[in-house]
Amino acid sequence: MTKSELIERLADKARHVPSRDVELAIKEMLEQMAQTLQKGERIEIRGFGSFSLHYRAPRVGRNPKTGETVELDGKHVPHFKPGKELRERVNEDLIA
Amino acid sequence: MALTKAEMAEHLFEKLGMNKRDAKDLVEAFFEEVREALESGEQVKLSGFGNFDLRLKSERPGRNPKTGEDIPIKARRVVTFRPGQKLKSRVENTKPTE
Repeated sequence: MTKSELIERLADKARHVPSRDVELAIKEMLEQMAQTLQKGERIEIRGFGSFSLHYRAPRVGRNPKTGETVELDGKHVPHFKPGKELRERVNEDLIA
Repeated sequence: MALTKAEMAEHLFEKLGMNKRDAKDLVEAFFEEVREALESGEQVKLSGFGNFDLRLKSERPGRNPKTGEDIPIKARRVVTFRPGQKLKSRVENTKPTE
């Protein structure tokens, strides 16, 4: 499912909300989520999961084309931890 | 303070002038739609943000950490998130505040 398919599916369900508003809202939600992580804050959605930043230590890497070594700085990367409901729901047909 | 659904709904109300009831419902429906797709085995690709993928983990030996008893961990399906390049660049120089 892509972002535009997600927007279509939601617009089909929320019939009283104009689909243009659904589209704006989805884009706004994703932007707010990205901004939250950019500010160094966490996102906590009960039943879905949480997003936070994990640190990656500096390391010496290599340019795969030239073989040259490059010093890479430490950085933060986004991390998602699925919540209990999501973990259980993606497993239901396997357990049943 | 972490971002929650309540704050996301409040933001839609403030930024888009959407009524509070619709904003709350839409935030809830957004996460539910992603859960439903993943539940049905579908990958979710949100450009500019990242992809939610499903991975099958086969059964592996495990242990009850309290009793030391050997119990196999059953095969299961797990959700993984792969952040997109745009999101990765936005956070790489961020210092977490919490």
